[in-house]
Formats: sequence, structure tokens, C-alpha cells
Amino acid sequence: MAAVHGDTHGHGHDDHHPSGIMRWVTTTNHKDIGTMYLWFSFTMFLVGGFLAMGIRAELYQPGIQILEPELFNQFTTLHGLIMVFGAIMPAFVGFANWQVPLMIGAPDMAFARMNNWSFWLLPVAATLLIGSFFVPGGAAAGGWTFYPPLSTQGGLGVDLMIFSVHILGASSIMGSINIITTILNMRAPGMTLMKMPMFVWTWLITAYLLVLVMPVLAGVVTMLLTDRHFGTSFFNAAGGGDPVLFQHIFWFFGHPEVYIMILPAFGIISEIIPTFSRKPLFGYSSMVYATASIAILSCVVWAHHMFTAGMPAVGQLFFMYATMLIAVPTAVKVFNWTATMWRGSMTFETPMLFSIGFIFLFVIGGFSGVICAIVPIDIQVQDTYYVIAHFHYVLVSGALFALFAGAYYWIPKWTGRMYNETLGKWHFWLSMFFFNLTFFVQHFLGLAGMPRRVPDYNLQFADFNMISSLGAFGFGLTQLLFLYIMISCIRSGEKAPQMPWEGAKTLEWTHLPTPAPYHSFEKPPVVN
Amino acid sequence: MGSKSVVTLAGVSALALYSSMAVGSLGSRYNFPEPQSIIAKETYDMHIWLMWVCLVIFIGVFSVMFYSILKHRKSVGHKAANFHHSTAAEVIWTIIPCIILVVMAWPATKTVIAMKDTSSPDMTIKATGYQWMWGYDYLQGEGEGISFFSRISTPRAQIENKEPKGEHYLLEVDNHVVVPVGKKVRVVITANDVLHAWSVPALGVKQDAIPGFIRDTWFTADKAGIYRGMCSELCGKDHAFMPIVVEVMEADDYAQWVATQLSASAVKTSMHVENK
Repeated sequence: MAAVHGDTHGHGHDDHHPSGIMRWVTTTNHKDIGTMYLWFSFTMFLVGGFLAMGIRAELYQPGIQILEPELFNQFTTLHGLIMVFGAIMPAFVGFANWQVPLMIGAPDMAFARMNNWSFWLLPVAATLLIGSFFVPGGAAAGGWTFYPPLSTQGGLGVDLMIFSVHILGASSIMGSINIITTILNMRAPGMTLMKMPMFVWTWLITAYLLVLVMPVLAGVVTMLLTDRHFGTSFFNAAGGGDPVLFQHIFWFFGHPEVYIMILPAFGIISEIIPTFSRKPLFGYSSMVYATASIAILSCVVWAHHMFTAGMPAVGQLFFMYATMLIAVPTAVKVFNWTATMWRGSMTFETPMLFSIGFIFLFVIGGFSGVICAIVPIDIQVQDTYYVIAHFHYVLVSGALFALFAGAYYWIPKWTGRMYNETLGKWHFWLSMFFFNLTFFVQHFLGLAGMPRRVPDYNLQFADFNMISSLGAFGFGLTQLLFLYIMISCIRSGEKAPQMPWEGAKTLEWTHLPTPAPYHSFEKPPVVN
Repeated sequence: MGSKSVVTLAGVSALALYSSMAVGSLGSRYNFPEPQSIIAKETYDMHIWLMWVCLVIFIGVFSVMFYSILKHRKSVGHKAANFHHSTAAEVIWTIIPCIILVVMAWPATKTVIAMKDTSSPDMTIKATGYQWMWGYDYLQGEGEGISFFSRISTPRAQIENKEPKGEHYLLEVDNHVVVPVGKKVRVVITANDVLHAWSVPALGVKQDAIPGFIRDTWFTADKAGIYRGMCSELCGKDHAFMPIVVEVMEADDYAQWVATQLSASAVKTSMHVENK
């Protein structure tokens, strides 16, 4: 703890730091780094969104119009990888950088220099990933899950993707160690673990999950790399390997990864709902236990992604039961949020709207999740648009809506300015409308049997695909409104009052000026 | 602002959409294709019943939440209460989902065990996935020895939008997999190059094809007809263009089909021998 304070060298920490580009390159300030994470992830969100627009444009009508099948596969693969590793995950790390020190009363992250390094790895990884479109053979085209042997067939693009995943993994592991250390060692006096804000709790648990599973991902991509270039046969049956082994290892990472992207979202929602209900969070300790149970269960359900790969009935039954069990702690969370709202005194500013939208749509995604857990039904919907609809309900209207909610909620604290409430509400309602237009009909497409990752389809799927594409274009455009709202807030928003949300109770609102100064909590606050 | 009515409207319309999904059995475009085997039928019914369960829970949870949103708002002067936990409530709403899950899991378990039982088939067919077509070998039972490839028969011009698309666009092949009605058909599935998946939704069958490994599944078709499916595991550029078409025939027709196939292949073999 003393090591990170580092302000023993005479001059206090005022705002003198390099200016211009060097400020951002050399910064060790958690707020600067948080800001960079958020801008990076939004940029990646636009890139991934552009790819999504390409996919939906091709699928607007049956037949091949815009993207040849090879390029279409590159688009779907990179859309997935960029959104998961470039947009959603770094955005949550950005929130952690900004908010964890502010919410636990710490002056900065525990490892400030490593924090800088974890961020600056990201643009390198992103360059490799996006640059792979321009190498001979194009980008990886084996799906974001890059199952071998297909991914063993790919060209240089696959190698670039593997290196990119390695770098992203290293960044995530460093970020997680930093977050764990900060939370465990740098809480203000009096803030026991069971007094921490829910956002901090969810990130603590998420960071442990990351440290557990990112090395597994690194391992599996390394095995793929050696299979590709160094004559090993981990995933090649002709050499004594097994392609299904890849799937087991990948999903041992991949399923906890799903929760890595949703647990911090639960945390953000659990901060916002009490604030705008003007009532404490209902069942705080059961929320903590539910989060921990979800994290633990998430490590023993991976093979539910592989029910059609073929496994013994006992295996299918185990993974079905374990998966269904996750519904219990998740339901507890939804009930607790509802109980928090119950008999509150609610107002519906943009963060609250996005939070309610989150709960509403996440529950739909949760239901389709339970449906997918049921083996016979999963075998019917596996690798169809039903699965696409399911995970976009939990990742877009889940993780992404929570990120929007968090951005609107904390932007006054970060910048000292208010966003435009009317435009914020427009952003919410348009997102809500277009999101459902895009993804709800995909449930029907999947049930009727349209496979995912196809550039073309039978005429029976034509009308729903057209609706879905129109929705996607609307959703994409709506996100430019978000960009406009944020930029105009930062540049010329109205000055935010000291306490813009009357129900907020966490340290950053009660103990710090608005905007938060460049260096905060140099003397830790005392929490009762 | 009419945000109250907007919220209500959004809630009602979403509910309407969701319930249309539950009662979607009316039209197959909203649901699984009409089931043609016992497993597909059980799966279909299970899905409908789970939809109703989900709908009831959905209405339960969100009627409480939306009542709260309408009544417990600052703009109507509601003062916030200050309760923050209730052990009794929390125990109850942990136990109730557990019970619901057990009720959901029970029928599914029986179907899983039935699906996995590939023993004592009337006939066995091997399906092999290639980039990008399927190969079929009749290994055992009536038709043993028949062997052929099955490629998409949709003309390239239709895919490139130079010709109008037919009814079975992308779902038609040159050689159908022909099976007799009412017989237990075991399909052993493998692949030659990369992963594929052999899938026929109406028969309730989907199994990944894994190079170097054999997996199996089974179906018994209830009635004669043609049932279509697609490769369901990304396998490269023509993944969308390797459909599966199963033609179920009455016993007599099937016997005749087998006879034709075997004599055709006998001719081929003898020609082959003569050419030597």
C-alpha cells in the first residue's frame, strides 16, 4: 500500500504532468487510463459495429450481393472477436479503472505503471487483429471460436489473431491482478469487504475469473499455433490428437468469459437501481453470494456449448443440470433488483432507463438461456440464429446497456458536466426499439432452422432477415447519437451540480467534489 | 412527459411478442418444423411447455416491477421506504426457482436418455462430411452396400441472383438419402477434413461430424416425405451450400429404390472390371 502512494518525494501531487500526447502515453493515473480504456473500447465498438453492418447488409436479402462467402466469414469472425475482446471487456476495465479507486477510497490503482502497460498493449493487439484483413488470405474466418481443423487451414490471418489474443490475454491478466490487489489492499479504513459497493464486489469476482481462465485461453491458442507451424497434433486425429479437445479447453475459458462480461454489468446495475429508487439495495449479502455462486458455477458448465459434439448421456445430463442451476442465483438477482425498486421513490433519468431496459431484456436472454440448457432443445437450436438471438440479448441488452447506463451515471462525476437528458432518453428508446427489431425475430429464424454463420439462406427466412437487418442499421446509427451526446457533454455540457443524483450513496459522490480532481483520496476517507 | 404510457406500451408490446412466440405452434415459421419422429415430437412439446412456464414467470416478475414503476415513482409523490432485506422472502425466492427447474429437467432427462440409445437399429448409414458435400454409405440393413455423394443442386446462377430462386433454394441436392418409414435408422457420422454437422430438424437430429472420430445418432421417421437440413458447423467458404435431404419412403418403394441402386452399382462395377 505504501509503495503505491509514492508521494513521499517532497512535492505533493498537483496537476503537473506531461501535456499533449505524452500525458496519455506515460500516464499512470487511473482516471487517464480509465478514459483511454473507454475511448479505445468505443472505437472498437464502432469497428465491430461496422462489421456487423456488413453482415446484416449481406443478409438483407437471399443470394450473395455484397460479401463473398470468404469475406463474410472473416466479417463474422472479426465481429465476434473485436466485440468481445476489444469492446465489451476493455470497457468494463475502463469502468474499473475509474470507479474502483473512487468507490473504495483509494488514491490510485495498486500497480500504476503496470496499469499503463495493460492499456497500451490493447492498441497493439487491435492493430494485429484489424490489420489481418489486409494480409494475403485475409483475416481469420473460422468463427470467433476458431475451432480446428478449420482454423488450422487458415492463412497468416489466423496467426495474427493468435498473437493478438495472446496480447489481449496478457493485458487482461495484468489488469485483473491490479484490480484484485487494489481491492484487497487499498480500501479506506472501515470499509470491510461486506461494506464494499456491489460494483467493486462484482469486479473482484470477475478479476478472479479472468486470472483463472485467461491462461487457459493462452494455452489453447498456443496449442493451435504449434499445430499450425511446429508439427504437433493436439487437435489432429491423424496424429493422435482430438479436435474436440480444443472445444473443451476453449469453452473452459469461454463460458466463464461470458460471466466476465456480465458480472460487472450486474455491478453497475446494482449501483444505479438503488440510487434512482432512493432506497438501499435489497439483499446486499445475497447479491454478493449470488455473484460468487454464478462465478463458481460458470466454471463447471462449459460443455453445454458442445451438446452436438457428442458426449455420453451422463455428460449431457450433468452439464444440463449444472447450467440450469445458474438460473437460481440469476433469478435471485432479478428479484433483489425488483425488491429494491419496490416502494422506492423512483425517477427515470437515462441511467435508470437503461438499467430497467437491461433487466427487462436480460431476463428474456436468461429465459432463452434456460431453454438452450435443455439438451434436446439445444440440439435443435445449436448453431442456429436462436443462439445468436440468445447471446445478443445477454451481451448487447445485457453488458452493453449496462455500460451505457454506467456512462450516463458517472459522466457528471468524471467531467463535471451533464449530458443532455432529452437526447439520452432518445438514445435509450431508439436503442430499445431497434435492438428488439434486430434480435427478437432471430429467435424465430433459429427455431425454423436457419444456421448461423451463413451468407445466404432459403427464401422462407427472407422476411425476418430483412426486418433484422433494418433493425441493425437503426441500432448502428443510434449509437452515433451516443457518441454525439458524450462529446457534446464533455465539450459543452451544462455544469454538473455537486450531487447530480440525490439518491447516490457511494464514496465518489459523498466524499469527492464534482468533477473528481486529478488526484483523489490522497488521504483515505473513514468509512463507518 | 408520457413516459408512463411509453413504458406501459413497451411492456405490453414486448409481452405480446413473447407470447406470440409461445403460441407460435400455429405456424412453423415461428417455431420448430413439424416434428416427424418421436424425439422431434418430444422436443417440440417440451419447448412449447417451457415457453408457457417462462411466460408465466415473465408476467409474474414484470407485473410486480411495472406496478412498482407506475406507483412507486417520485413524480406521483411516493416516499421511499427503507427496508433492505428479508430472509424469509429471499429463501422463498431461492427455493421456488429450484422447484421449477426440477420440473423442467425431468422430461428433458427422459428424452436425453432416449436420444442416446442407438442400440439395435434396423439399418445403419454412415454420413461423411466433406468440404463441401456429404458422402453416404449404407453399412448395414436393407440397402447395404449402397454408396454415393450428395451435392447441392441449386444452380450457381440462383445464388448470384441471375435467375429467380426456387422453393427449395439451397435446400436441394442431387442424391437424396433414402430411408424406409418406421424403421430405426442409426446414422454414424464423421468428416474427412474439418468439422461439419449433420442436421435434419424435422427428425430431431443434429450431430457434429468430426474428422478422425465416429459419432452416432438415430431417428425413426413417422411418415413418408422429404425432410431438409443444413450443415450446422462452420466448415469454410461453402458452409451454407452443403444441405442434407432425407427422403422417407414406404417399405415397397424403398425396396425398389434399393434394387435400382444396387443394380446400377453392379453395372458400374462390371463395367469397371471389363474396362480393366
